[in-house]
Amino acid sequence: MSTPVIELVSIHKSFGRTQIIRGVDLAVPRGERHAIIGPNGAGKSTLFNLISGRLKPTAGAIRLDGADVTGAKPQEINRRGLARSFQITNVFPRLSVWENIRCAVLGSLPYKYAFWHGIESLAGVKERTGHILHEINLVGRRDTQAGVLTYAEQRALEIGITIAGGAGIILLDEPTAGMSRREAEHAVALIRKISAGRTLVIIEHDMGVVFDLADRISVLVYGQIIASDAPARIKANPAVQQAYLGTAAA
Amino acid sequence: MTEVAATRAATPAWSWLAALRRHGLWLVAALLLSGLPLVFRSGTALTMMSLMGIMIIFSLSYNILLGQTGLLSFGHAVYYGLGAFFVVHAMNAIIRAKLPIPLPVMPLIGGTAGLAFAVIFGSVSTRRGGTAFAMITLGLAELVASSSLILRGFFGGEEGITTNRTRLFRLFDWNFGPQVQIYYLIAAWCLISMIAMYALTRTPFGRMCNAVRENPERIEFIGCSRTMVRFIAFCLAGFFAGIAGGLAAVNFEIVNASYLGLQQSGIVLFAAYIGGIGHFIGPVLGAILVTYLQIMLSDVTVIWQLYFGLMFIVVVMFAPGGLAGLLMMHVPLVRARVLHLLMVPYALLLAAASIAGVGAIVIVELTYRLTVKATEGTVIRLFGISLDTESAWPWLLAAALAAGGGFLTHAAWPLAARALSDATAHAGERS
Repeated sequence: MSTPVIELVSIHKSFGRTQIIRGVDLAVPRGERHAIIGPNGAGKSTLFNLISGRLKPTAGAIRLDGADVTGAKPQEINRRGLARSFQITNVFPRLSVWENIRCAVLGSLPYKYAFWHGIESLAGVKERTGHILHEINLVGRRDTQAGVLTYAEQRALEIGITIAGGAGIILLDEPTAGMSRREAEHAVALIRKISAGRTLVIIEHDMGVVFDLADRISVLVYGQIIASDAPARIKANPAVQQAYLGTAAA
Repeated sequence: MTEVAATRAATPAWSWLAALRRHGLWLVAALLLSGLPLVFRSGTALTMMSLMGIMIIFSLSYNILLGQTGLLSFGHAVYYGLGAFFVVHAMNAIIRAKLPIPLPVMPLIGGTAGLAFAVIFGSVSTRRGGTAFAMITLGLAELVASSSLILRGFFGGEEGITTNRTRLFRLFDWNFGPQVQIYYLIAAWCLISMIAMYALTRTPFGRMCNAVRENPERIEFIGCSRTMVRFIAFCLAGFFAGIAGGLAAVNFEIVNASYLGLQQSGIVLFAAYIGGIGHFIGPVLGAILVTYLQIMLSDVTVIWQLYFGLMFIVVVMFAPGGLAGLLMMHVPLVRARVLHLLMVPYALLLAAASIAGVGAIVIVELTYRLTVKATEGTVIRLFGISLDTESAWPWLLAAALAAGGGFLTHAAWPLAARALSDATAHAGERS
């Protein structure tokens, strides 16, 4: 078996005396669509924060493509090809949709700090920005301020910013939360499209979305992964049913 | 789309026109700067315009931090002042050694000094944003200001360091003695700096600055270091501040500790904010206004700084976008030719605010004379009228004006606001 693109080894995270993540081991192979589910407060977002460098683990190791990135800064992890979205929309509110995406495109380029080069004449940036806008269906809103977009549009922009840098590993934190049924369907189609050829890890509450999208599902309960398996087997797993799906069904 | 662009670029006449369209504004600015001394010939006007030019560079450099990158600095004058000191020492050294270095390149020395110190201090202060950054700049400003009183050899103590700009190597027989020659030197540097700082906003780095201002956290997750962006912005701001300081040294031929003090840092914050930090033109307008007021107001009243403060409060409270923000709000109305709808409500508002303002000024001036300058007698002249601080009626009248004007302003404000929103809606329909 080849090296997993994301590998968590016995990850712990405490805030003061409160243990949030209590020993998580996880390996995601290249190209997999992996969903993380679990009840509220299980530590799903904390896990994302650890993988993406927003938080440093108290103990354990994180490897991307076999390289140790434990405690690395977010921008270093991003440069290794991992990009994430946020549960609470986290865009550049007073910049236009176009500028939002263009900044994210620039972020992955070596001349992002260039103050001697005009921005309009940079090879490929305009094309890539246009391409991403097209992918997330916001071409018609390119000059609108991100802060005044509708909620669903902001969520699409959030995904656009995440994928604009061309990262091979995408972490999406509840991308469909708060959406109407129809909006969520659009979002899932978008996620399916943009995750083709990439590795995707997604936190999601909507079980329809999860079972529709994921190749494999990990169930996080109280800071530990209690099961990590194909969707059908997760559904049939009695421990999962008791801990999580059972409560959802009740 | 790309084909159209290609054919357009292939036609020389069109690309010429496009270049003119894109850069025409700078051409106008150049003509304006060259033509101004032909219209305003007096010594006072030339001095004032020279100071405005320096202040424009300084304010724009400050806005690289505040407006573009979202960094509130309380110590920007450090780089302006150090630039000025290095230039004055460089000039004296050049005079002593009789080096063939002409005066017009002096601001570059100031810029280099500003840049060098920004690299040193910026490496400390830009590790943090927000309040922490502001506090660190304040601390560094105090540090430099107090060193200026200790290191008397370099900073010259109370008197400062003097120089003589006419004794430098001459180019084209300009000795830079007359103020008009200095004006043109400043104008040239002002134009170059404005173009450079405007161009900066249109580079990848310029856009990253905006992104850091808008959301310093998210930027890290798209592969960009906010610390690096802030650091580079800080260095570039220090460089242009140093250029402004260098020009000030050349202009005054004397530099003292007040150049790098907190008051100077306050003035540049004031100029940038009152002009409007959200638009490139804002600090330019602010610099012109503040310089004008500094010179004119200080002729009229001793307590001009108090009025400065009041003005600042009014802008922060009622026009947070500054002058440029107010102007930009009205650009679409001019385009849609609906500006006339605002004339009456605006005139009412202005009249009401003026009444309140006159009342407030009278109270301030009466109080100042009565409490601080009591030895100079009880009679003051304001707006061409003699007022006695001992008599009751000037106080009563002023209080009535202030209160009545305040009430009228309060009443006229919603009228003006509604007229503005109606006109904006109207303009939106037409476009």
